[in-house]
Parts: sequence; C-alpha cells; structure tokens
Amino acid sequence: MVFSNNQKENKLFRIEADQVCVDYNGTVALYDASLKVVEGSICGLVGMNGAGKSTFFKALMGFVRPSRGIIKINGLQVSKAQSQQAVAYVPQSEEVDCSFPISVWDVVMMGRYGSMNLFRIPRESDRRAVWHALERVDLIDLRSKPIGTLSGGQRKRTFLARAIAQRASVLLLDEPFSGVDVPTEKLMADLFLQFRQENRTILISTHDLSHVRDFCDLVVLINKTVLAYGETSKVFTKENLNMTFGGLPPEPLFGSASSQQEDFS
Amino acid sequence: MNVLSVINISSLLLDPLSHEFMRRALMVSALVGAVCGLLSCYMTLKGWALMGDAVSHAVMPGVVVAYALGLPFSLGAFVFGVGSVALIGFVKQKSRIKEDTVIGLVFTGFFALGLVLVSKIKSNIDLMHILFGSPLGISLSDVNQTLIISFFVVITLLVFRKDLMLYCFDPTHARSIGINTGLLHYLLLTLLSLAAVVGLQTVGIILVVAMLITPGATAYLLTDKFNRMTILAVLSSSISSVIGVYISYWSDIETGGSIVLVQTVIFLIAFLFAPRYGILKVHSSIKP
Repeated sequence: MVFSNNQKENKLFRIEADQVCVDYNGTVALYDASLKVVEGSICGLVGMNGAGKSTFFKALMGFVRPSRGIIKINGLQVSKAQSQQAVAYVPQSEEVDCSFPISVWDVVMMGRYGSMNLFRIPRESDRRAVWHALERVDLIDLRSKPIGTLSGGQRKRTFLARAIAQRASVLLLDEPFSGVDVPTEKLMADLFLQFRQENRTILISTHDLSHVRDFCDLVVLINKTVLAYGETSKVFTKENLNMTFGGLPPEPLFGSASSQQEDFS
Repeated sequence: MNVLSVINISSLLLDPLSHEFMRRALMVSALVGAVCGLLSCYMTLKGWALMGDAVSHAVMPGVVVAYALGLPFSLGAFVFGVGSVALIGFVKQKSRIKEDTVIGLVFTGFFALGLVLVSKIKSNIDLMHILFGSPLGISLSDVNQTLIISFFVVITLLVFRKDLMLYCFDPTHARSIGINTGLLHYLLLTLLSLAAVVGLQTVGIILVVAMLITPGATAYLLTDKFNRMTILAVLSSSISSVIGVYISYWSDIETGGSIVLVQTVIFLIAFLFAPRYGILKVHSSIKP
C-alpha cells in the first residue's frame, strides 16, 4: 500500500473504489465509480432511488462482485477486510424483523460473533464490549428488552451499538435519520463526531440533503456513476445537485443504463 | 373412589406400555416431536412454512427409490429434498415466475413422481404408511435410523444455534461480518430434509409440515426469548406426540392425525390464552 506524499497527514484510505462497474444480468447499476475516502471522515452518499447507492453498499460489503474495477477497504480486499470485522452495516429499522424474539443485548452481542469461536460463546471481553457499546448509545437500561418493544430511534441505536461492539472501522448507514426522534438524532450526531475522532469512517446513504449539509465532511453524488465527490462545501453546488436529481441523464456507456426505475434493495 | 380413579388412570397410561410396539411408538414419537419442534423455531422465524411443505412432499420419490434399491430411505429423501430446493432456486432465477408458484409447482411435481413410482415399483412399500405415517408399526431398523438422524440434527442445531439464529434474524449482518450465509442456508435445508424424513415416520408426508411449524408458532406466541422459545417448542411438540399416540391407542384412531390434532389444539390454547400475545390477553396487566 503506497501512500501518496502529497496526502498531507499521511492518512489511510478507508475506502478506495477504482472504476467500479456493477451489473445485474446485463442491467448496469453502476459504472466507472471511483472515489477515495480517508479515515476519520463522515461521507454522505447522495442520489435518487435506483441511482446505485444500495448497489455501492453491496459492493463494499462484498455482496455483489464488480464486473470491472477494484474496491479496497483499509487497503485490503473486501473479503479480507470483512474477516477483520472492518465493515459494519447499520440497516434501516424497517429492514429487520422486529417481532423476532431477541433482546437488545443479544442483538448487540451479534456484533461480536465474527471475533468469537465456532460456538459463539461470549468471553468477558465480548461482554465488556457490548456493555460499553450500549452505554455509548444510552440503552443500558433497556438491554434486556425484546427489540419488538423499542421505538424506531431506540432500534436504530441498538444497531449502532452493534456496529460499535464490532469495532468496525467503516460504518455503512442506510438513511440513518429516517424515522428517528429528536433525542436519538442528537445522540447520533454526537456519536458521529466521536467516530470521526476515533478515525472511523462513516458512509451515510441518504437523499436528505439538509442532514448531509449539517453532518458530512465529504459528499459523493451518484447517479449510476460518481458525478462528483469532495468536500461538502465545494461539491454541494446547484449544478451538481441538478445533475444528481433528474437534471441531465448520464451518457449510457453499456446497453441500458437509462432504466432507472428499479431499486436493488 | 379416589383411589379407584387413580388406579384407573394409571392403568390407562401403563397398560399400553406392556406392548413392545407401543413403547417403541411412544419413544420414537417423542423423539421425532422434539427434533421437529426444535427445527420448527427456525422455520417459523425464517418464514419457511411453504418451504417445509415443499421439502417434505418432495422427499417422497427419494424414499421410494431408496426402498427399491435397498438403501437407507433417509439417503434418498435427503437427495430429493435438497434437490427440490435447488430446482426451485434454479427455476426462480431463470424464469419470471414468482417464488411461491415455483415452490408449488416443483413440490407437486416431485410428489406426483413419488406416487407414480410407488404404483410402478411393486415392493413391500405401503403407500399409506408413507403418506400417513405408522408409528405403531415402526421396525427396529427404522428406529435405529431415526435415532442416528435425530442425533445428527440436534447436535448440528446446537452447534450452529447462534449462527442460524443470526441468519434468520439479519442475514445482511451475518454476511457483512464474513459468515458464509450460503452455507447456513443449505445447512438449514439439509436439516429440514432430514427432519422431514424422521417426521414422516410418525405423522406421514402429508402432515409432517405441521410438525415443522406448529410447535414453533405456538412457542412464538408464548415468549420473547429465543432460548425459551426453543424449549417450549420442543416440550409442546414431544408432549403432543405422546398424547397423540395414547389417544390413538385408546380410541383406535389414525395416529398421525391424532398427533397433529393435539398440536393444533395446543396452538389454539396459546392463541387464545397466551399471556401477552393471546387474543384474550388473560394477564395483560402483568408485564413480563
């Protein structure tokens, strides 16, 4: 791994995508997507439904294999980074089965599974990690509650705690601010700043522009490809946003890049 | 009077035990109930009821072929059970037909193949035993096979308990931390095929799906804790199997139907009176 010298503080790239293309049975979901995100940054991933945000997430998690291009996480192949527990995905609350008979504690403990032995028997250090994570999201008192009894915001915090317990260095968050209450939003904003200080990198997929403006250092605008990326203040221009949201459709590179209706979630 | 009724009840319970076939039937039924009950928790939480139905029907031709070739019937059942699921996945991926249609299509096709094979391969296979089970006529070699399969299924479920729970709850997280979810998927399907094989001996192919979902559904209404759910499912399933066999003996009714009916009655009781999720909410004021 070579660090370029003009990179001022010699920071590690948490995420590197180089000309990544993903297609599903001939339908292009993403083409020529390139970006680099350094450690300790909060990066917003902005685009319409079907613009390729979830595809990009899936590529970062190794669920889809790019047909072309390279993705590296912490300078490693995605599968290597995964086995080092580097990537955590924080789902939208609606994505998980909330009637599943499981407690907050057990959900957060699932963040530790990757570091446990085959039988997934928690050690003292795992229990401490879970306790600590629950403290940080302020859910210690609710730890033995079934997740079905929680509010949307509390559920969101549970999954954040799981990512903390996992000690992931790259956190992928899907619409983290949708359906959360004001206290949770505040707590999450504080947490994100702490994560940045801990040199973690947070990638937030959203179409809520006001939150991006408030929280994100970096922005990636995507519509089937990376339209622009960089510091929020520079990238958030009117033309760029027009281009992202239904302004000019991008040049189709392969076949039917014009079909934008589907969201691969 | 009191003493007399006690003697009466104990003779009702103990008399059948003087028969070797009843001891065997009770033991096998309780064991099969426990195995299917444990697995039913995963089936209900994963939403695999239809898949359970499909796999249990699809094992039919496998059982027939294995009998005809003199192989252990579990082997044939296993091949056809997993094969049907692979076929379902293949047809779904390669066509525009919706999944539930594909499942219905594939398992009825397999089942029909099984029926045709039974009528063509004239052997000592009794169709009725396969379709409706015959715990009262179970042979010693079948008992041994049931013991081995049950042992394997239970041990596997215990070893992979947490991974399978995570797989049912949040497969995305499982994959993102590097757990091989494809392997877990096929492991669960394998266990499903094997459980269908042991289940069909007591209640038969047609009703085995009840063994694979009803205990889990009952337990799901009674608790919010996964561990407790598995214990309740195992208990309710094996107890209803034992009661079902007794009722079948006393009143000379079909055993498989009797077992499943008892299970259904227990489910109905939970549905009505479960402390928290029953529709009558008996103790709704008491927080669990």
